[in-house]
Amino acid sequence: MKYIDEFREGRLARQIAANIMIEADSRRHYHFMEFCGGHTHAISRFGIVDLLPGNVHMIHGPGCPVCILPIGRVETAIQLTQIPKVILCSYGDLLRIPVRNGMSLIKAKAQGADVRMVYSCIDALKIAQDNPQHQVVFFAIGFETTTPPTAVAIQQARMLGLNNFSVFCNHVLTPSAISHILQSPEVREFGLVQLDGFVGPAHVSVVIGSRPYEYFAEEFQKSVVIAGFEPLDVMQAILMLIRQVNSGRAEVENEFTRAVMPDGNLKAQSLVAEVFELRRNFEWRGLGWVPYSALKIKSTYGDFDAERRFPIAECSIDDNKACECGAILRGVKQPRDCKIFGTVCTPENPIGSCMVSSEGACAAYYRYGRFRANNPMTAENSCQQSI
Amino acid sequence: MSAINIVKPGYSRKLDLKHGCIEMTHGGGGRAMAQLIQQMFIAAFDNEYLRLMNDQACFRTANGRMVMSTDSHVVTPLFFPGGDIGCLSVHGTINDIAMAGARPCYLAASFILEEGFPLSDLKRIVDSMARAAQTAGVPVVTGDTKVVEKGSGDGVFITTTGLGVVPDGIDISGTNARPGDKIVVSGTLGDHGIAVMAFRENLSFQTTIASDTAALHELVADMVAAVPDIHVLRDPTRGGIATALNEIAQQSSVGMMLYENQLPIRQEVNAACEFLGLDPLYIANEGKLVAICCAEDAENMLGVMHAHPLGRNAAIIGEVIEDDHCFVQMQTSLGGNRVVDWLSGEQLPRIC
Repeated sequence: MKYIDEFREGRLARQIAANIMIEADSRRHYHFMEFCGGHTHAISRFGIVDLLPGNVHMIHGPGCPVCILPIGRVETAIQLTQIPKVILCSYGDLLRIPVRNGMSLIKAKAQGADVRMVYSCIDALKIAQDNPQHQVVFFAIGFETTTPPTAVAIQQARMLGLNNFSVFCNHVLTPSAISHILQSPEVREFGLVQLDGFVGPAHVSVVIGSRPYEYFAEEFQKSVVIAGFEPLDVMQAILMLIRQVNSGRAEVENEFTRAVMPDGNLKAQSLVAEVFELRRNFEWRGLGWVPYSALKIKSTYGDFDAERRFPIAECSIDDNKACECGAILRGVKQPRDCKIFGTVCTPENPIGSCMVSSEGACAAYYRYGRFRANNPMTAENSCQQSI
Repeated sequence: MSAINIVKPGYSRKLDLKHGCIEMTHGGGGRAMAQLIQQMFIAAFDNEYLRLMNDQACFRTANGRMVMSTDSHVVTPLFFPGGDIGCLSVHGTINDIAMAGARPCYLAASFILEEGFPLSDLKRIVDSMARAAQTAGVPVVTGDTKVVEKGSGDGVFITTTGLGVVPDGIDISGTNARPGDKIVVSGTLGDHGIAVMAFRENLSFQTTIASDTAALHELVADMVAAVPDIHVLRDPTRGGIATALNEIAQQSSVGMMLYENQLPIRQEVNAACEFLGLDPLYIANEGKLVAICCAEDAENMLGVMHAHPLGRNAAIIGEVIEDDHCFVQMQTSLGGNRVVDWLSGEQLPRIC
């Protein structure tokens, strides 16, 4: 497959692995955070860990849009489905996030709520056109990658005069999350999370460009290498990060030059600026309340804002006490540090969101790397445990 | 003379196959049902057993071990590139029988029809079933029809049950995989699932991929004749090859090691999986099988498979290993290792 196979080539991978082996200084450890769930997925799916020396450690960041969505927002979405004549359109991954009492959107659907899985917000727009008697709400989530399409859907809805379409907006911003991690006491004071650099987002950077990361490199003296989601991209980025650390540099480098420009996609940025504005505060699962880290729909497009159209109360629900999703999302803990990982919490019965999305660190570990686990309970491959 | 007087005694109007649709009376047990059975089902499946119009088929039993299997079909859309629910329901059960190394002999078919379902569509489906059964040489010898109210079904559900005979000396079972055995697939993976997905209403994308739906019993007969000691056969339908291999690993208490760069996957299927965020290992097949046999028999069996039209792209994809934890692992094309896990819930597309 053109543009895919070239970036999954085993011979090249071994070559990069050999270079990493040579250049990584055996007297020290390297800790890099891959921000995006897409990178976590690639690392697990292609077994990249097996190709890295023992002193290069990857920390999984919070860049999985499903994982960082607080339970309260999902609860609100479920409340929306209880309003008569509402059709809630959602991306597939969101349907299985458990909220209170084991409820989830997929369970609400089984109990009669009209919840539809869509692949794009434009599909939701079509459902609104086809169902003029119903109110169609699009459950919008995601980082900068999925925001421009939502903006387009809202603009098209206005153009078409669709008064039965609205968006429940949960779009969040990558740079604020990275700042939040770097400013957290765990990184700054306690040294609980050692961080030498970041594998920077792929698709997000296509939209926002590489410039927004320059601040982190300068202010926090951290290396950043923006990388594509293919395994060779990730490996090359790791090699580039090792070189930066070895030479004492903290810069923004771009491995994903085939898609990322310094200024990003200006057209997409202006679309977003036209429809959305900053939220003063937004709750992230794992990170807590992060100021100016999310977007809301501007008042000029207020007619299409589900939070204005429907009488919904904001709610905040605590995570399950045994669940370590928060610490895992901040990079403080690894999935296997969690007591319920692979025992009570499995992809069939997820307790925390990191087990729901295939980009979540726990799901990736469970699915692809479980045979490495030290815990014999977790290492068992039984269909029974997952029912 | 008025028109009514020229109607011949005993005349009944034929089923309107062009504009008619299923009504509740078609399941009521009266004349309408008898007419549907006669003009739709018996007309298409015609054979000596059905012609007797009994509630059951009566036939002589064969000597030896018999196998029996049943399979319900609820596919959406009903018609897709390369097939439809009709031929799928015949192939599915024939394949389940064949995976015991057996020769399929008879089929039974049960239809649950939704009120309002167009008779023209039903005719297409039944004709397709009849063609598939005839081509495979396995007659549909008995059946049943029920009609449910509009909204209680999804057009048509078909359940088929099959009966077959295992030749002497053949012992094929999911419990027979042994460390050192080779794992062979009969062709490209994921074609059926992607063909159906591409045709779904909310996900239409253009592709040339057609479903691989096919009856595999003749391929199996050739394989069994050449290598009577095949340990395991399975058709990797729902859940794909990953699920089939995990089931076998569990049944036989062994592990498996696959080699990613040996997997036969069409470029189009790989591409569709890439942009939908799916894994081809979990996509359904309807005309493929996975076989496990001794390493010494593998090349011989592969040769026989290559000689059959349904096994042209057959390939050895891995081997059975010792593993107390029964993991199916895969050496990735990159050189790393990963688990190929059970499918969790439904495969859902990724967001970013």
